[in-house]
Amino acid sequence: MNQQLLDAVAGDSLTRAAWQRFRANRTAVAGLVMLGFIALFAIAGSWISPHDMETNDWERIQIPPTFEQSHWFGTDANGRDLFVRVSAGARISLAIGMLTTLVSVLIGVLYGAVAGFVGGKLDQFMMRIVDVLYALPLFFAIIVLVTIFGRNIFLVFIAIGAVEWLTIARIVRGQTLSVKQMEFVEAARSLGAPQSRIIARHVIPNVLGPVIVFSTLLIPTVILVESFLSFLGLGVQEPQTSWGSLISQGAGAIDTSPWLLVIPAAFLAATMFAFNFIGDGLRDALDPKDEG
Amino acid sequence: MLRFLGSRIAILIPTLLVIVTLSFFLMRLAPGGPFDADAQLEPEILDNLRRAYDLDLPITEQYTLYLGRLLQGDLGPSIGNKDYSVSELIAIGLPVSLELGLTALLLATLLGAPLGIIAGLNQNRALDTTISTLAMTGIAVPSLITAPLLTLIFGVMLKMLPVAGWGDGAWENKILPLIALTLPQLSIITRLTRGSFLDVRRLNFVRAARSRGLPEWRVIVFHALSPTLTPLVSYLAPAVAGVMTGSIVIEQVFGLPGVGRYFVQGALSRDYPLVMGVVIVYAAAVLVMNLLADLIYGLLDPRVRRGMRGGARA
Repeated sequence: MNQQLLDAVAGDSLTRAAWQRFRANRTAVAGLVMLGFIALFAIAGSWISPHDMETNDWERIQIPPTFEQSHWFGTDANGRDLFVRVSAGARISLAIGMLTTLVSVLIGVLYGAVAGFVGGKLDQFMMRIVDVLYALPLFFAIIVLVTIFGRNIFLVFIAIGAVEWLTIARIVRGQTLSVKQMEFVEAARSLGAPQSRIIARHVIPNVLGPVIVFSTLLIPTVILVESFLSFLGLGVQEPQTSWGSLISQGAGAIDTSPWLLVIPAAFLAATMFAFNFIGDGLRDALDPKDEG
Repeated sequence: MLRFLGSRIAILIPTLLVIVTLSFFLMRLAPGGPFDADAQLEPEILDNLRRAYDLDLPITEQYTLYLGRLLQGDLGPSIGNKDYSVSELIAIGLPVSLELGLTALLLATLLGAPLGIIAGLNQNRALDTTISTLAMTGIAVPSLITAPLLTLIFGVMLKMLPVAGWGDGAWENKILPLIALTLPQLSIITRLTRGSFLDVRRLNFVRAARSRGLPEWRVIVFHALSPTLTPLVSYLAPAVAGVMTGSIVIEQVFGLPGVGRYFVQGALSRDYPLVMGVVIVYAAAVLVMNLLADLIYGLLDPRVRRGMRGGARA
């Protein structure tokens, strides 16, 4: 009897209600499915194809997509199979997008929660640092970092992550300021819970909603920044590849072999759409008041 | 207002100094240097080269030297482009980048604001869905895709417009870069305006105006328009940063002689003074735009203005 009651209560949990609203949103679900396929392609792509990304097929240079020899997306100017290269690019782009976002979220949430919760002089000092860093033009800061430390992907991770946590810190601080006033925080404090525990157990879980929405929209931003860098030749280096460098190579051969541009571009655009749809869906699901 | 301006400028200058200092020392700390690409120079030649660019001095001395020259507006010589100083290169590139960037922003605002309001007026109807979908597309498809695609369609396939080049500023050469640069900003501004218009339309004074029997167009033009557009101003600074970033790619794709191309070239060849110079100019531009946006916002929104005067009512 008691268990039934508990189940009924659990059925109305905020998370489940949000998930139901999300599922009812057709574009958001379509975005999720699309992303699933792209992720599958990233993981299994080089496994399905008989080719590998570095082997040059000198007999078939820059051939259009064909089923012969299973060059499904054709080959590039060096006779390398585009299907496998786009899949490898997907791995890099998605990994950079998600890992960097994770890093920014971890730093930003902790920083914002501490600043907002402790308040006073510390808060002012911490947020002033954020203000100064915010004034830096992100893309230029990253290019400078890449110029200095050479081009490697790990650095691109850190450079982008180091800049993107700022907005999250601001969002979380604002949310924390309002959560701090609530009764359950008061209750925890009156029971003698230490500040670190209140922040970890009571404040952070309650500010995660907007953070989740922002992170879903941050992933495509990061993928885009990486693509921009690689497009300019400042990102991932050969023999590794990413969508940005593939698009850049495609743009160079546009008059003779447009598929080299169109295929990786289509994947990048599809990923952007997917994340934007999911982000919008999550925002509507987590904040039902907002209709726009 | 003056006090607010003063305090903002007081933050602006140290921020710039932090940017200059950080980028200066980070660059000097990095392994490798601008002469790595020139294969095997004689040690004497290398020494002479290093002396010519003051790279032989202790780093603190280089820093004070650089700051001193910077105060006089001298950004130093470019290492990669011999015979040119960084200021000269920026003077060549900036007009091109500025012309493209400002035109793109203007177009994006002039087209985006009306589109957003039209979408908001027809909320959830076919016209709104169409505009919103297009705007979403414009955000999802970045300029590094649209720029080469536009070249493919209009330059290679239809042969209507030049594929690349500046052509000494001929209008045919500007069309494709402008479209590619405008689209993302246009989409963002359309979305922002739509959202802001929907918010404003629910507010009491707009409903009051309507209930007094004013025709809908008067309600929109005289009551809802100004508060709808005010939030756009705070998008001004990020928009400028966005246009500058976009312009780097656009200049690369279309081979335009703007600042962005020198920046990438400098970054690839480790031309320290050139990269630093461009970063300083760009950072200053973004900071000034931020300041301008805050000021305009204050002029447009009395609530913010009161905050600027330190709580005192005017």
